[in-house]
Amino acid sequence: MQGRLPDIARLIVRSAFHAVPTILVILVANFFLLRLAPGDAADVIAAESGFATDEMMEGLRSRFGLDLPILEQLQNYLGHILRFDLGYSARFNTPVIDLILQRVPGTLILMLSAMAISLMIGIAVGTFQATFAGRWPDRVIAVVTQLFYSLPGFWIGLMLIVFFAVRLRWLPTGGSGPIGVELSGLSGLLIRLKYMVLPATSLALFYVAVYARLTRASVIEAKAQDYVRTARAKGLSQFKVMTGHVLRNALLPVTTLAGIHLGGLLGGAVVIETVYAWPGLGRLAYEAVMARDFSVLLGVLLLSSIVVIAVNLLVDVIQAFIDPRIELK
Amino acid sequence: MKPAVEKILDVRDLSIGLKSFRPVQNLSFSVRRGETLALVGESGSGKSLTALALMRLLPEVARIAGGSATFMDRDLASLSEAEMRKVRGSDIGMIFQEPMTSLNPVLTVGRQISEVLRIHEGLDRRLAMARSVELLDLVRIPEPQRRVHEYPHQLSGGMRQRVMIAMAVACSPKLLIADEPTTALDVTIQAQVLELIDNLCRDLSMAVILITHDLGVVGQWADRVVVMYAGRKVEEADPETLFSRPLHPYTRGLLGASPRMAAGISYRDQALVEIPGSIASATMATGCRFAPRCDLAEPSCLAADPDLLEPAAGHRVACPIVVRRGA
Ligand SMILES: Nc1ncnc2c1ncn2[C@@H]1O[C@H](COP(=O)(O)OP(=O)(O)OP(=O)(O)O)[C@@H](O)[C@H]1O
Ligand SMILES: [Mg+2]
Repeated sequence: MQGRLPDIARLIVRSAFHAVPTILVILVANFFLLRLAPGDAADVIAAESGFATDEMMEGLRSRFGLDLPILEQLQNYLGHILRFDLGYSARFNTPVIDLILQRVPGTLILMLSAMAISLMIGIAVGTFQATFAGRWPDRVIAVVTQLFYSLPGFWIGLMLIVFFAVRLRWLPTGGSGPIGVELSGLSGLLIRLKYMVLPATSLALFYVAVYARLTRASVIEAKAQDYVRTARAKGLSQFKVMTGHVLRNALLPVTTLAGIHLGGLLGGAVVIETVYAWPGLGRLAYEAVMARDFSVLLGVLLLSSIVVIAVNLLVDVIQAFIDPRIELK
Repeated sequence: MKPAVEKILDVRDLSIGLKSFRPVQNLSFSVRRGETLALVGESGSGKSLTALALMRLLPEVARIAGGSATFMDRDLASLSEAEMRKVRGSDIGMIFQEPMTSLNPVLTVGRQISEVLRIHEGLDRRLAMARSVELLDLVRIPEPQRRVHEYPHQLSGGMRQRVMIAMAVACSPKLLIADEPTTALDVTIQAQVLELIDNLCRDLSMAVILITHDLGVVGQWADRVVVMYAGRKVEEADPETLFSRPLHPYTRGLLGASPRMAAGISYRDQALVEIPGSIASATMATGCRFAPRCDLAEPSCLAADPDLLEPAAGHRVACPIVVRRGA
């Protein structure tokens, strides 16, 4: 394993180089795409104030640089990005970078806990199904996972709210914590967890279904391999054969898929954050679209693409660590 | 036969059942301490199932349908799964045919050898690793210190089979079952691996059940041979006797069909003889399974299962006709 560290360092450096043009293309494409939407920030601000003269509109536009020719706007924007300046939000009256940094932790926590939940439950359920493959416990679970697989996340979210928050009153309907209460220590953590359960679960259920199905198929395949027979011939218990040999191999495709999903999870988070009023990047993006606040939106998109690229790289590295056959080329 | 020679494995009337038929029926043989017993027979004759039954690792569709296998005073066929786990890898080691797929691709060879030492001998991680290096050295893998940290895909087929052997003999088993250990290897490597098994069995005074369909291998390495046909034992003898005076028509056919001969006889210049028909014809409920393909077959052959006769000391054959004719 130690022998692979230089390879991994090289992989990271090379990927960083490859990421630069990718991100640039994403930025430019998004920049033009957003201009296709009717209206701009000045329109929205004017509409909300209910009264605006042409001069005021002109003033707003020139303050945000919206009156310049589009290519010049792009040039200005890219120039700022090069200086790590994401611009200024017309809507929130705050530097974009501050807005984003404020929201990043919320989204990351939501994404990662959803990922953790879906992996843990999905793998456990899939392994259980594989153990009973073809018999009734497997079939019953297959029906349930099929359901999670086909229901849209927002609908699951709403139903969970109706049941656990409105009916049973076990959990809050939304938000990320009680208002006006200082949260600290263990009890604070528990309260935060309570707010996270429903959004994370709604986001996770689809992926639970995906990982359960994949794990089931993958475990069934791995169980039939010759090395499993070898492991049993060594006198290992069924449990050790399962954890040390079958799962070690069966989970390789699951980690690959989970890596690919992290990007998609970011998209799912937008919907879930809106349903649960969860203060994250997704909601920020949604608000920015409604306000035609393009610099915020571009900032969110830029950051998302960086996150996705970084996560994919991380997945490659993890894969290299758990599967020695993967060549780091 | 000297009664002093102790049988370490005594298989009696072992039958293995699948859904619709019995691929192994009433098989009896024994293995003496330190001896190499070859189990030969064409594909589908039930050699692998027999080996797996002894390890109690039969595929789910198969089960032991009768008989016993007494190994060091215990019947393997009726041990509990927990007791059986203590036997596997510790008292009986097993090597499989496919070295390319029989090792776990994501674990280092050291880790895989260590595992067996840790469960059976209770060694800690470090000691088990040190012992794994010694074992790699024992099976003559060069640079064991380095190799112990490598993964199976970094080793050649022959090396992997050596690793399998190291794993199988790690706890000095009394019995090693080798199911076609060299079939997947090229010829020069085959000889090296077999020689290694032979040396180890001498050094560790370990008995070996060597499953093969290569009669050259039998002549060179086996002390005794059991010839199987469609799940039955048709003949048993030491290799010299078997090659010079084969009795059963099937064995004769096999020898005629083999290009390489031991015991100084060479059939090399002769055309290969094919035994007409196929093992698929052996579907009848009673009678000699080989009868449909046999030149000497008489109506009585199909009437009842042939008895195992012993026309000469240590030479058994399941064919009354050849014995009657005085062969
Ligand atoms: N998992 C299984 N399911 C169904 N039938 C099986 C299974 N394993 C073996 N058999 C059948 O049992 C019979 C004996 O098989 P076995 O593998 O023991 O033969 P073998 O003598 O080892 O042959 P080979 O030389 O090809 O390895 C064959 O007819 C085979 O089709
Ligand atoms: Mg076989």
